[in-house]
Amino acid sequence: MSKQIDIKDLDIFYGDFRAVDGVQMQIKPRSVTAFIGPSGCGKSTVLRTLNRMHEVIPGASVSGEVLMDGNNIYGAGVDPVNVRREVGMVFQRANPFPTMSIKENVLAGVRLNNRRLSKSEADDLTERALRGANLWNEVKDRLNLPGSGLSGGQQQRLCIARAIAVEPEVLLMDEPCSALDPISTLAIEDLINDLKDKYTVVIVTHNMQQAARVSDKTAFFNIAGTGKPGKLIEFNETSSIFSNPDKEETENYISGRFG
Amino acid sequence: MTTADTVVSKPAKLTSKQLPKATPWVVAAASIIAAIVISFIAFGGFNIPVAAVLAGLINLIAVFVLSASYEGRRKAVDRVATTIVTSTFILACVPLVSLLWLTVSKGGAAISGDLLTRTMLGMKGVLDQQYVAGEATLAGGFYHAIVGTVLITVAACIISIPVGVLTAIYLVEYANKNRLGKAITFLVDVMTGIPSIVAGLFAFALFSTVANLIMPASAGIAKTGFTAAVALSVLMIPIVVRNTEEILRLVPMDLREASYALGVPKWKTIVKIVLPTSVSGILSGVTIAIARVIGETAPIMVTAGFAKTLNWNLFSGWMSTLPTFIYDSQLRPVSPGAAALASSERAWAAALVLVVLVMVLNLLARIIAKVLAPKAGR
Ligand SMILES: Nc1ncnc2c1ncn2[C@@H]1O[C@H](COP(=O)(O)OP(=O)(O)OP(=O)(O)O)[C@@H](O)[C@H]1O
Ligand SMILES: [Mg+2]
Repeated sequence: MSKQIDIKDLDIFYGDFRAVDGVQMQIKPRSVTAFIGPSGCGKSTVLRTLNRMHEVIPGASVSGEVLMDGNNIYGAGVDPVNVRREVGMVFQRANPFPTMSIKENVLAGVRLNNRRLSKSEADDLTERALRGANLWNEVKDRLNLPGSGLSGGQQQRLCIARAIAVEPEVLLMDEPCSALDPISTLAIEDLINDLKDKYTVVIVTHNMQQAARVSDKTAFFNIAGTGKPGKLIEFNETSSIFSNPDKEETENYISGRFG
Repeated sequence: MTTADTVVSKPAKLTSKQLPKATPWVVAAASIIAAIVISFIAFGGFNIPVAAVLAGLINLIAVFVLSASYEGRRKAVDRVATTIVTSTFILACVPLVSLLWLTVSKGGAAISGDLLTRTMLGMKGVLDQQYVAGEATLAGGFYHAIVGTVLITVAACIISIPVGVLTAIYLVEYANKNRLGKAITFLVDVMTGIPSIVAGLFAFALFSTVANLIMPASAGIAKTGFTAAVALSVLMIPIVVRNTEEILRLVPMDLREASYALGVPKWKTIVKIVLPTSVSGILSGVTIAIARVIGETAPIMVTAGFAKTLNWNLFSGWMSTLPTFIYDSQLRPVSPGAAALASSERAWAAALVLVVLVMVLNLLARIIAKVLAPKAGR
């Protein structure tokens, strides 16, 4: 249950503005890929094209191909809704549904997609997803309380549980730990390690140590200046990106030197 | 170096003289008493407006002088500003409170269970003359007007809530500021400013044209409760659209994206995520729109006429509502001369019922907003 993603000649636009230019990348199934790079270089933008979330923004468009196990998700007749059922996403800011309890949040994806669940199936799935997101022990006594009553870190893990409850093939995470304390961050990093047995994971992070800790491969994006498109500079094994990168630009960014 | 020196040499003084907390109230009370005394001496009698204006001025000057002499200029200006804001607030309350007081006292004196359950069926000037002469109790009633108000308002809601809410959903979720969206927004803005009598004339013209097409020279049958409901809808729809649009725009994009990311289609995201999140706001907006149109008079007069008796049928015959009943009673009392007082009393009782109705609706809006708001649970 996981898919290979091939990105070919991907250009991404917001209206007339070319935000990202010419991305080529191959993401292997059952692996963790980290996107790093300075702010505004287009990491989130690239990530959001992988589940066709990019086009939710008015005026946004894409050219190029994204193949998922060989099928172009931007091909003619592809329904973005079907793509998103295969590719889950966790956002930078935790966004549990405020009208729903913890349990309803976890089951939201399944229920809203018209799958009927018996009571025992629902309980089962809730427990499995929450255990998967490392949250079960903290919330098992208050499953029927509102999800927005949890702490920020718990809410983020609830969102992860919600994403994995629909059993996607690929999981995209946009800076999932940026608002979390070190302990919750560690919990999520452990979780990513577990998830990679089942899913293809792509994570955006500003934390270099985190990228080094959790990912198999790392993609470094950079931007030449404001108003210029972001570009994929280097895509390689994480160990080689952090020990001896091919490009000087990568080396400068990783060691904290610029210009 | 020099800056460091000045900082060090500056005396560390954080405390300053302060008037006691109760000072503004004491000063205000003293000013009122002073104003009353002055108005007695200067004008030879007690005069509320003069005393009020005087009290305000005396209070302002007293606060400034007292504070400036004790606390210093900056605090004095602050206190004067506070005093002006508070006085203006009290001034704004004057018409509100006196209107409520007048309605409650006049309406409360006249109202009785009989008025609420009887209509004007068989009303004659003689009955009112007997009442004014003290020989009988107040006859007549406005049960038919209460029924008319409820029926016409409910019908207006049935028309305008779906149209208004769906329009707002289109504007927020689908239009993305396209041409159609901009055109609708413009039209809604224009509709908000339409005088209510014009809305009434429009509805009547529309239905009498239709009636003439069906049966020539029968424009008269177009005067029904339903025509009035359509006129009220013209007034209500823009309010519902505006309120709902505002509330829907408050729903964070995050929630929609979270739902899309789970593979939930757009329409379902709207129905199951966006609307439940904003339902309290939408309903309280709708209630406010109802409260706004329930007191309309002009559009009802030109579309539903004036009925003296009970009519449960929205689609045929004239109907009265509370506002048109009040208008009719004041303008064309059942009995001329001194006995017109009886009509006036019925009008005040109806006004009280109307005001209570509007207040209950506003209260309902608040309760709905409280109960249905998403719970933080923290
Ligand atoms: N909704 C949008 N409309 C227009 N331009 C956008 C939008 N979102 C992002 N951009 C632009 O696209 C470029 C890439 O943005 P993106 O959010 O992908 O950066 P990022 O690498 O994720 O940055 P960060 O690390 O700060 O999250 C930026 O120049 C940004 O201004
Ligand atoms: Mg980003």
